[in-house]
Amino acid sequence: MTSLVHVEDAGLSHDGGENFIFRHVDLSIRQGEFVAVLGPSGVGKSTLLRVIMGLVPPTEGQIALTTTTEHKGNRQAALVFQDARLMPWRTVRTNVELGLEGLGLSRAERHDRAAQALQLVGLSAEADRWPRQLSGGQRQRVGVARALTVNPDLLLMDEPFGALDAITRSSLQTELLGIWEKTRKTVLFVTHDIDEALLLADRVIVLAGKPARVQGDLQVGKRPRDPSTPALRALAGRLRSLIAGEDDPGDSAYWQAAEI
Amino acid sequence: MIGLHVGTKSRLGLGSLGLLTLVGLWQCAVQFHLVPPGLLPAPTELWPAFVSEVSGGFWLQSIEDSLVHYCAGLLIGSLLGAAAGLLCGSVPLVDAFTGGIVRLLRPIPGLAWVPFAILWFGLNNVGATFVIAISVFWINFYAAYGAVKSVDRELYEVAAAFGHRGLLAQLRYVTLPAASPGLLAGLRTGLGQGWMSVVAAELFGVPGVGARMMQASSLLATDVVVVYMITMAGLYALTDFLFGLVRDRLLRWQG
Repeated sequence: MTSLVHVEDAGLSHDGGENFIFRHVDLSIRQGEFVAVLGPSGVGKSTLLRVIMGLVPPTEGQIALTTTTEHKGNRQAALVFQDARLMPWRTVRTNVELGLEGLGLSRAERHDRAAQALQLVGLSAEADRWPRQLSGGQRQRVGVARALTVNPDLLLMDEPFGALDAITRSSLQTELLGIWEKTRKTVLFVTHDIDEALLLADRVIVLAGKPARVQGDLQVGKRPRDPSTPALRALAGRLRSLIAGEDDPGDSAYWQAAEI
Repeated sequence: MIGLHVGTKSRLGLGSLGLLTLVGLWQCAVQFHLVPPGLLPAPTELWPAFVSEVSGGFWLQSIEDSLVHYCAGLLIGSLLGAAAGLLCGSVPLVDAFTGGIVRLLRPIPGLAWVPFAILWFGLNNVGATFVIAISVFWINFYAAYGAVKSVDRELYEVAAAFGHRGLLAQLRYVTLPAASPGLLAGLRTGLGQGWMSVVAAELFGVPGVGARMMQASSLLATDVVVVYMITMAGLYALTDFLFGLVRDRLLRWQG
């Protein structure tokens, strides 16, 4: 499989000086992969996402996004924000259409694609409502639909479920897996929740340290997952020690024992 | 605040009651000579004065005259004010550069510009438009400036993430819609300020409601003065009502 995202020795500094948020970051994501970027809060995961998306230029290093298909009305990458960030003056439908505007699509084409995306997230009935009339979970679904509707090669998700209550989060995680299995999008999913990473991702990349670097890159294994199985608990322990900077595989046994 | 909720209907009823009370007290004050005669016309004297103004054709004519420079001044002042406010609010360089100029010009009331209006444009609609535009300008300037400053910065990132980058795209996709409540509040305040400036603009003889009022006052025809005061209040109420309808439609996303 081809590599869709290729990051080589990337670094970003606040001030252009030596004050790096992350540095010497290398990573490569294949098409169709679901990759989680795991790390403590404030480590620079979200910033890395923005650099990959092209919203923030890196201070050093290379970012390459390989576009596979060039279709009208598609964008290379789309981002789902942590707090939905809908535009309050747009209806659910026109929020979803945001990324389609300026791509030369007719109004009818935009409507069709927004309707498809809204159906995918189960919000067809809310198309004409205002964001203020939605629950937090619904708003985040609109955020997902807004990203999916531009049919991106790469779907970037910045702790999309972090601000939701546990029940809503869990149902959205299940929904996201369903959507991913249907669309097989390449997903880069930022989270600080180990169980969430283990539940969703094919691969977990651990970002930690100051400046942050890739501390580990682990395959998770078969689906469907249950993060409470011993194998995944052991993996969780390994991830926890990688985050803490204790990169000793022997530790995982200790963590596993501690969990049980 | 006393915690009794007043519904829309009873609000309207109480408002009318308040107005009636005012008119009643006013009538009593004149009728029972609580104010020296000639200083204040009684409400009952207003109707004949109004009828004679209407039948003489002065009433409609002066409204038409005033509306010409009211509308022109409002349009020009609002557009320029909002545009300047948007520009200063969104471009720090412009903001810094104009900071001193704004502080210098802002406190000058519209009335103070009348001599220049006459010199530059003459005693005509253009001069009156200029005076009205200036006073409306500042209201919209500050409303737009404040509205831009309070735009949620994160929405610019959302727009950029979905392909809308650059100053014009930011303006269209974020700044204008996000600032619209503030912009519309400025426009609305300007609607009222505009009518106030009409009087100032017509003080020196540009024909209109204000000029007619000045003529009547120089003849001590206080009843006619009051007729035009009420006329202006009515015109303001009408424009404000119509604007309110448009505003509610535009801002229905706010609920």
